[in-house]
Amino acid sequence: MPSSDVVDWLQNLNALVGGLFLLVSFGLVAIRQVQGCVRLFVALSTLLGLSAFLLSAIDHNWHLAVIGIVDVTTKAVVIPLLIRRALRDEVYTRREITQVLNIPTALLIALLLAIAAFVLARPLLAFGEGPAIAVNLPIGLAGILIGGLTAAVRREAVPLFLGLLAMENSSFFAGIAVAPEMPLIAEVSIAFDVLILVFIVGVLTRTVQERIGTTDVGTLATLSETRPT
Amino acid sequence: MTLILIPLLPLLAALLSLLPAGKRFAPAVTLAAMLGGLALAGVAASRVLAAQQWVAITGWVELDGLSALVLLLVAFLNVTAALFSWGYMGAHVEPQRLRSYYAHFNLFAFSLLLVPVLAEPALVWIAIEFTAVFSVLLVAFDDTKAALEAAWKYIALMFMGAAIALLGFFILFWAQQKAGGGHYSWNGLSAISPGLPPTLVLSAFLLILVGFGVKVGFVPLHTWLPDAHSQAPAPVCALLSGVKTTNALYVILRLAELLPSDRAAGWMQAVGLTSAGVAAILLLQVRDYKRLFAYSTVEHMGIIFVAAGLGTGGLYGAMLQMLAHSLTKSFCFLAAGAALFVLGTRDIASVRGLLRQSPIAGSALLLAGLAIGGAPPFAVFLSEFSIFRAGLEQAHFLVTGLLVAFVVVAFSGILLHINRIVLGTPLPATTGPGRVHLPRACVLALMVAAVPVLVFGLYQPGPLQTLLRLAASTLTPVSPR
Repeated sequence: MPSSDVVDWLQNLNALVGGLFLLVSFGLVAIRQVQGCVRLFVALSTLLGLSAFLLSAIDHNWHLAVIGIVDVTTKAVVIPLLIRRALRDEVYTRREITQVLNIPTALLIALLLAIAAFVLARPLLAFGEGPAIAVNLPIGLAGILIGGLTAAVRREAVPLFLGLLAMENSSFFAGIAVAPEMPLIAEVSIAFDVLILVFIVGVLTRTVQERIGTTDVGTLATLSETRPT
Repeated sequence: MTLILIPLLPLLAALLSLLPAGKRFAPAVTLAAMLGGLALAGVAASRVLAAQQWVAITGWVELDGLSALVLLLVAFLNVTAALFSWGYMGAHVEPQRLRSYYAHFNLFAFSLLLVPVLAEPALVWIAIEFTAVFSVLLVAFDDTKAALEAAWKYIALMFMGAAIALLGFFILFWAQQKAGGGHYSWNGLSAISPGLPPTLVLSAFLLILVGFGVKVGFVPLHTWLPDAHSQAPAPVCALLSGVKTTNALYVILRLAELLPSDRAAGWMQAVGLTSAGVAAILLLQVRDYKRLFAYSTVEHMGIIFVAAGLGTGGLYGAMLQMLAHSLTKSFCFLAAGAALFVLGTRDIASVRGLLRQSPIAGSALLLAGLAIGGAPPFAVFLSEFSIFRAGLEQAHFLVTGLLVAFVVVAFSGILLHINRIVLGTPLPATTGPGRVHLPRACVLALMVAAVPVLVFGLYQPGPLQTLLRLAASTLTPVSPR
């Protein structure tokens, strides 16, 4: 066990990482360029990895270190690479993204969601010992809600999907604190599963682009109770 | 070993069906793998009947009454879907795309079989996630704008649900650690369920109810369901509606069992009734017969969830309904596929007298409509009846009354639309080339799929009843709290 001073310091550092995680989640709602979205997602994944390393150092839990490594390689390196490969022009050439809501409104809703997350997480915190859960659980929950909001207000395929991936990241952010002993095979397979998912969604998005000439999936809203053609 | 082999067969078939080896190779390999899977699932189920459960790898790969029932359903529906695909997809898809179809079909079948076989909740999350990931490109297979829209909506909602449910599984693990640990598996959790902190389990349950509720199609999270089902090829719909939704419901039911019964029941009845009611009303206004069956799936998922929330008495009915719905609904979508093959349109208003154009497709669709609506003497009638009886016995008069009303509305809605399509004289504009002959494999698949729909309403073999009872007892809380 490291001396309590060091532990305190690491805990504070983890709280800082948590704060940054929440900030980046907000950024993902607000940012206007596709490429910026990808960069913020890389930042989000790196912060998740950092938190895993910090918690691993505090608890002497090598599981979490492995999870941190797997997370950073898949989500901060491979997935952005896949996205950039699959949708080169979409990511690099364009422009400001259209949103369903304007940015101040979206940010305001995100703020309300974050407050709601902290309120909702309170009854659960009674079961946690140590400050790690108190940081990671509410922030993870807030990240899930804000990620959902991001996906809901975006019309472009890449930012929309990054919102969903941010939700998954946030689940993990809470997960590494509440269930650090989770069998490693499960956690690693989850990362693997997300990789396959990104690959498949890449294929789908490219098909959409070829068919319809845009990745503005917000225009895909024709199916309803009308006469089929 | 056998248990692990069951999902591995389609995985092998997925690789083999990519080989460029003649038009019949991929469908034949697929069908062989599915038949092998069904045989092995039968063996596994009989072992579960003999010994209550079958543990292949403790804490990881296990089978009990409930999962054996689901496994058997998946394995059977895989066979009929593969057989139907042989005729349906073979008729108008070029060889290269056909190989890609079968590769994805096998991967989808693999993931569906994986869900009941696995016992570790986090791995089950992955398996459920696989069922979505491997079926997206099947939903998009028609490659039209509408199909792409359906597929995009489908995967976005599926993944959103999965991300929410994931936190639920983390919290579930946390709850188990608090209660003293042991194997993180369905059995391990069930054994210590009285000691699990209720607040944590309830949070996990609610997160997973929302997350996987998307996959089950509970209202208001059902929006992907009619879209995906109107666009995906018919055999894929048969699996999506027949077992993919059931798989997700199976996981939610496992979670509900861990809660103190009075806490779960209210949620289950409220969510289930909302789904059944809204879907029954939405059924009335559809214009597309594949969407009709899709809404009926939402309705039935609601009914099963209500039944499971009625306490011990309702569980047997819920299991029977799960069985009846899966078998009947997959038959419905195969019949809808046959109708689409003959008619070339999914529009209800522009079709009359299908029975004259194709007696087989017409009678199959009529049979499907009657069976899924819950007319006697089909299996759904029997299961719905036993649910109503359980509801009245437990003095849930309001819930049962509403349920009966919704079932009646849905029945009339389905029959109204199906009658229009099947009976009457064909409209002059759509008569087209006269009689269309269905491919032989499709007819055979329809016949095989119809057998349990017809038989189980009148007679259920002894072992099946035992399995249903065993499945219901799996979901009964270990000890009252």
